[in-house]
Amino acid sequence: MIITCRPGTRFHSMISRGSAVNAAAETTYRRGLNPLHGVLLAGTFVLFLAALLSDYAYLTSYQIQWATFASWLIAGALVFNGLAFLCGVLGLFRAGNRRRGLIHIALLLVSFVLGFINALMHAMDAWAVMPTGFILSIIVTLLALAATWIGFSNTGAKVKQ
Amino acid sequence: MTLSRRYLTTPLAIALLAGTAGASASEQFGANPNLPEPQRGLLPNMTVPEKAAWNDETPTVPDGYSITAIATDLKIPRQTLVLPNGDILVAEGSGGHAPKLKPKDFIAGVIQAKGKTSVKGGNRLTLLRDADGDGTYEEQMVFADGLDAPYGLALIDDRLYVANQGSLVRFDYEEGQTQASGPPELVTLLPSEINHHWTKAMTASPDGQYLYVGIGSNSNITERGMEAEVDRAEIWQIDAETGAHRAYATGVRNPTALTFQPGTDTLWAVANERDELGPHLVPDYLTSIQDGGFYGWPYSYWGQHVDPRVKPENPDKVESAIAPDYSLGSHRAPLGIAFSNPQVGGEYSEGVFIGQHGSWNRADPVGYNVVFVPFENGEPAGDPVDFVSGFLTDDSRTRGRPVGVSVAPDGAVIVADDLTNAVWRVTRDDAGSVPPAPAAANDDSAAMPESDSSMPETEPATPEDKAFMPESDSATPDNSIDMPETEPATPDDKAMMPEAPSDTPNEQSDDARKEPATTAT
Repeated sequence: MIITCRPGTRFHSMISRGSAVNAAAETTYRRGLNPLHGVLLAGTFVLFLAALLSDYAYLTSYQIQWATFASWLIAGALVFNGLAFLCGVLGLFRAGNRRRGLIHIALLLVSFVLGFINALMHAMDAWAVMPTGFILSIIVTLLALAATWIGFSNTGAKVKQ
Repeated sequence: MTLSRRYLTTPLAIALLAGTAGASASEQFGANPNLPEPQRGLLPNMTVPEKAAWNDETPTVPDGYSITAIATDLKIPRQTLVLPNGDILVAEGSGGHAPKLKPKDFIAGVIQAKGKTSVKGGNRLTLLRDADGDGTYEEQMVFADGLDAPYGLALIDDRLYVANQGSLVRFDYEEGQTQASGPPELVTLLPSEINHHWTKAMTASPDGQYLYVGIGSNSNITERGMEAEVDRAEIWQIDAETGAHRAYATGVRNPTALTFQPGTDTLWAVANERDELGPHLVPDYLTSIQDGGFYGWPYSYWGQHVDPRVKPENPDKVESAIAPDYSLGSHRAPLGIAFSNPQVGGEYSEGVFIGQHGSWNRADPVGYNVVFVPFENGEPAGDPVDFVSGFLTDDSRTRGRPVGVSVAPDGAVIVADDLTNAVWRVTRDDAGSVPPAPAAANDDSAAMPESDSSMPETEPATPEDKAFMPESDSATPDNSIDMPETEPATPDDKAMMPEAPSDTPNEQSDDARKEPATTAT
């Protein structure tokens, strides 16, 4: 599978062609995150968050179905997380801000590894998932949030007025 | 597997990975097994031995005994029933329709397929017949077809009861019959939703009034929800006539084989206990079943050992839980039970044979054999000894997996094997020539079948006749595989009651007539 991502971290300067613009002003636009990368990041966070909420529901209700939901949500999150990580790696080669890009993929890597451990935890039967599964879900959700935050803000653009 | 471990260096991870630690827990046999602390690594211990071929070898039996495959190319044989005329019925099939619940179920399914036969379950009963008594079961016929994962078998008088995975049905049966005369009649439905544990083990009460059916739990340990466990992990007592039932015992996770102790009204069961608490938990067991007894599942195991995986907890139930009589060791997966009789001979005269399917849920395979648990005074006494072994190869593959066990009145031990897709028959080499049964407390009862064989009631019969009337056969006493019977039920009963009181022979005979000829599941 070939995934082409243009994380949009390249410093991108465009001169406005609009006629109403003062020709003397050079405006720098931040190029947005590549949409696919964005979807993958957002999905990672949302799926881990949903797993966390499901865990909480199981924790408070003992209704096993919530633990089953969490199991599948984590599996889905890992798929998104893995692909988002690949996008992040590819983006490194285009990144203007390599340090942020590295932090971004490092967070995604850690969330993937802990998320995988969490998936194994959730493969246990009934209450054996708890409480470790819940704690891991919190950690992984926070990591995914941080990775998403940095991913969306790390466009590599240094805005100079 | 190793990949994930590389990252796990935190104390948390070490705690999670405790899976392979722990002492050997020595042998967990008998009434007070050593129960280590529960442990579970991040990855469950799972070793599914791959299939191997026999290559003209046969399973190992004790000196003085021989084993032969009396039927091959069956379609997943599970349980057997020896009929009064010596014919053997074999239930074939494979049940369960539990949906895959979690991602792990897909992975587990792939792994487990390695250790299973690729043959599709027959959903039928096959009848094996040795018409000329030479020990070769030359006739192999389909007695009934179109069943749904039949497992438990019981004969009460002229009615053959079959426990499908979702229904209890009965056929009319006439001695010598080789094919059912028609479709079976429904006695009652059995719980079959999900059917995580689908086997419906069955036996009949000595008086023939009730059937006892084992209904396994719908999960390992409630991971399919408490709602799925209604009417599960129970042994039902079912009125053979009306089909009405009540729960005779509860909390038995997976009662896979049931039988009555000869000469008593005591129901015995083997049960498969829960997994994923480590290689030495929880011991599978052999136990007598108390009317109304609760045996712990899911809340606790081996009496009051609380299983932390079950929420909400139920301390009252835990308090009431009965510890089983006898541990067979963890993960051995007993699926067959049959009381011995003096005709089996030697040290195997008094006790039970237990077919052990073998483990999947621990690193080194255990089970994969038929063991004999000796009894004294009607209770287990001593460690199990191998009776049929050699299923596992040296490189931890397996050639077969024993399931149901039956003991024929002539002392032959019948073992169904659902991986080889065969039925094995173990016979004593000097059977019939020497009156066996050193354990027999009563000379009369021990000698009874022998004397019967030497006193054929009727004139010699043609082989065809014999098939239908083996009690009339003129067999020589040293013919080991004969079924010497004057009266189908009586010698059977006698043979299986070595310590039965001898002062009431007539009463016993009367009782015996009502008793199902064989109570093997």
